[in-house]
Amino acid sequence: MTLEMSPEQIQESKIYREWGLTDEEYLKIKDEILDGRLPNFTETGMYAVMWSEHCCYKNSKPVLKKFPTTGPQVLMGPGEGAGVVDIGDDLAVVFKAESHNHPSYVEPYEGAATGSGGIIRDIFSMGARPIAILDSLRFGPIDNGKTRHIVDQVTAGIAGYGNCIGIPTVGGEVAFDESYAGNPLVNVMCVGLIEHKHIQKGQAKGVGNSIFYVGAKTGRDGIHGASFASKEFGSGSETQRSAVQVGDPFMEKLLLEACIEVIQNHGDILVGIQDMGAAGLVSSTSEMASKAGSGLRLNLDNVPQRETEMIPYEMMLSESQERMVLCVKKGHEQEIIDLFKKYDLDAVNIGQVTDDGFYTLYHKGEMVAHVPVDSLAEDAPTYYREAKVPERIQKFTDSEKYLPEITDSAVSEIFKKLLAQPTIASKKSIYETYDSRVMTNTVVAPGSDSAVLRVRGTNKALAMTTDCNARYLYLDPEKGGAIAVAEAARNIVASGGKPLAITDCLNFGNPEKPEQFWELTTAADGISRSCLALDTPVISGNVSLYNETNGSAILPTPMIGMVGLIENVKNITTQEFKKAGDLIVLVGQTFDDFSGSELQKMLIGEISGRIDFDLETEKINQDFVLKAITDGLVSSAHDLAEGGLAIALAESAFANGLGVDVKVDITNAQLFSETQGRFILSISPENQATFEKLLTESSVSGEVIGKVTDSGILEMNELSISTDEAVSIYEGALPALMK
Amino acid sequence: MKFAVIQFPGSNCDFDLLWAIRDVMGAEAEFVWHDEKSLAGFDGVLIPGGFSYGDYLRCGAIASFANIMPEIKRLAKEGKPVFGTCNGFQILVESGLLPGVLIRNEGLKFVSKWQALKVENNQSNFTTEYAKDALINLPIAHGEGQYVADEAQLAELKANGQIIFTYADENPNGSVENIAGIVNKEGNVLGMMPHPERAMEELLGGADGVDLFASVLKNFVGK
Repeated sequence: MTLEMSPEQIQESKIYREWGLTDEEYLKIKDEILDGRLPNFTETGMYAVMWSEHCCYKNSKPVLKKFPTTGPQVLMGPGEGAGVVDIGDDLAVVFKAESHNHPSYVEPYEGAATGSGGIIRDIFSMGARPIAILDSLRFGPIDNGKTRHIVDQVTAGIAGYGNCIGIPTVGGEVAFDESYAGNPLVNVMCVGLIEHKHIQKGQAKGVGNSIFYVGAKTGRDGIHGASFASKEFGSGSETQRSAVQVGDPFMEKLLLEACIEVIQNHGDILVGIQDMGAAGLVSSTSEMASKAGSGLRLNLDNVPQRETEMIPYEMMLSESQERMVLCVKKGHEQEIIDLFKKYDLDAVNIGQVTDDGFYTLYHKGEMVAHVPVDSLAEDAPTYYREAKVPERIQKFTDSEKYLPEITDSAVSEIFKKLLAQPTIASKKSIYETYDSRVMTNTVVAPGSDSAVLRVRGTNKALAMTTDCNARYLYLDPEKGGAIAVAEAARNIVASGGKPLAITDCLNFGNPEKPEQFWELTTAADGISRSCLALDTPVISGNVSLYNETNGSAILPTPMIGMVGLIENVKNITTQEFKKAGDLIVLVGQTFDDFSGSELQKMLIGEISGRIDFDLETEKINQDFVLKAITDGLVSSAHDLAEGGLAIALAESAFANGLGVDVKVDITNAQLFSETQGRFILSISPENQATFEKLLTESSVSGEVIGKVTDSGILEMNELSISTDEAVSIYEGALPALMK
Repeated sequence: MKFAVIQFPGSNCDFDLLWAIRDVMGAEAEFVWHDEKSLAGFDGVLIPGGFSYGDYLRCGAIASFANIMPEIKRLAKEGKPVFGTCNGFQILVESGLLPGVLIRNEGLKFVSKWQALKVENNQSNFTTEYAKDALINLPIAHGEGQYVADEAQLAELKANGQIIFTYADENPNGSVENIAGIVNKEGNVLGMMPHPERAMEELLGGADGVDLFASVLKNFVGK
């Protein structure tokens, strides 16, 4: 067993530094909070995790305040387990995303699996039934065995958890860049559906009400996981396996069903519910009490334990998975015990709500902690970090835009090479390992712009997507942040949905370094700008800082997860061309936007230059496309992203093995330009007149650039290739690299 | 006809199966918890997919000892329809109601996609609504769906027309003879890896599963 140091030894040895507390923070605890008393071993450990960036956002709070978080559609914004957005019919959609980056590098399968498990619990702790999972993954280049292993195991972990618990993994994105080689990103988003009346809060109130521990037993796994996530990675970090948790999706399935049963059938005796995530028992219970202005008194002897001789410090900090906390009305304890017994799950009364505002722990008859509840959950310091523009940014914004030239004879070869770039190539070999159809709601499975799920009992459907092109953020975090939101919205619109709101995972480097804090705070400005313009408030999210390995940071990567509402299932639109003879329309103008493009990366091996983004045009174009879809004028819609027009046309032609005949007044290089705010639509010739009338009325720039053919050949200006050959390059690239 | 949709801990296609038989087909159906000891009043059993008992030990192995199993076997013996998809198929094999075994996919990965199938026998009570040699599409989603049987078993399956569905185009898991679904000798117990309950509405990409349940409702009435 772990030996506890005395309060004096803690002060003397400064062991708290290893746990992530600074000298100033330790002194604040001692002098300001405990009135001069030295915190004991358990208390110091609890403060260390509760005051970690991962739990209290001490570095990012000033940044998060920038986000717009309200709107008529928002029923619950950031602060609870997940945000809640109204979709009418007394129904609401609940969603949030979370990162599990560091654990996924150390132990890829379990890191990714428990990332899924954690975010799923956040959703059902709100009372919602989880209906979909999406991921957003970043890896280093697949040119070495280590990265291949990480890709293979991370995707297996996400598949393993989602497939077993029976929640479809319906969408996501994967990209590759050198900066993620030592620090992959594993972000998982979960979406749930709920009736308004079942919405729960994570609160512990009402003196004498019981605190129940339900689910799996507590072990020594994941101790200091939250602190681990709040530090940079060094070369010794791979040995930090004890900070990684182990997941059991079967256990979580039982926990999910039991909790849903409590919420739906015993809601009258349930006061609050919260999942035990980062910083486990201490975080969940102290936050529940702090939110309600209560105190708590817990008896740790009752905590179900998987290992012997566990000390309070370990029990409080353990991040063992598949555990929840319930606050239950006094006198109804047996009902809860009986209900969980049906699922063979522990449901144990571990304490009571008090009104003294203190967080008090007993172990073997002795009081082992006694601190103000708010001091754990609310009083962590907030740091206003110094921000400094990195040198490279000035260089990029002052420089000309990157401008490649492509000859007529080279354009087809360049197109083929682009199709095979891992970031562009088909991810089928990954998403075919995800069960995307369990629960029988999936209308559009992975492979289109957004995933779409119908909402049973209504004519509605939900569109959902994850997005972020970090290369743009590397060149210009403000515009890049704005683009990330805009592109997510473009995906939703292309599937026939109206964007509702976003969640995010802000993956950045060390905020204590001014250049990296500047990236974070500037990206937040850009995200906010787009959220306001597109009416998509931020309803939940997660911050993952310190994404650095041996001093080198990842590209700034704020993953955006967006959900949109499709008012009628007949408006659901997919990206694939439906039939030969349909006209192809390009919406939006194409300019020389190659800085940060896939083409630039492929041709010169790096990214550089100034980027442009016109949010106003983006909004007008999106409104137009949504109107054209809801008016029934559109057969297919696809947003233009990495690889530009040529790649988008090809992707639309692939599914049904069709060809295209396109003549458009742009340069060879511009076929691959990544100008934002553009879509390709296909329309039936009989809709052309009505469509063009709407185009003129909307003052949108758009033109018919050709038609869908059954020739089996992709012809775009000077570019020509058979669809079959293009498909085989597109689908073969990733499996070949993974061998 | 009243169907029992069996729920094991870890079943996750239970709601889908109930939806298919009750809401789409309009038959009477209820969930029955694995711990129950009676199926009195039920005329058929539907065993859903999922990961019963977490697939620990071996897929379907623990479920085959559940309290409800003797009752499922009784109904099977009485000639009532017993149907298992995916994990349900694994459970039927583990409990001895169907021959052979299901092992890990040949490619060692979970496979989830629409799969083309051939209806090998449209004379079974589960398939009369399909045309002879019909090609249909149903979703598959499994990691351990490679059907294996010894030569004697295979010969018997063939001789009795017990092979009901085979994989067309490509074999996604390495199953012997491309076998996707089989019935018992008596023809009232069907196990298959594909998910007909996921193919009940065009909105979700196809409705080729409907004819299977329609066949059951037509052929087992009064049996």
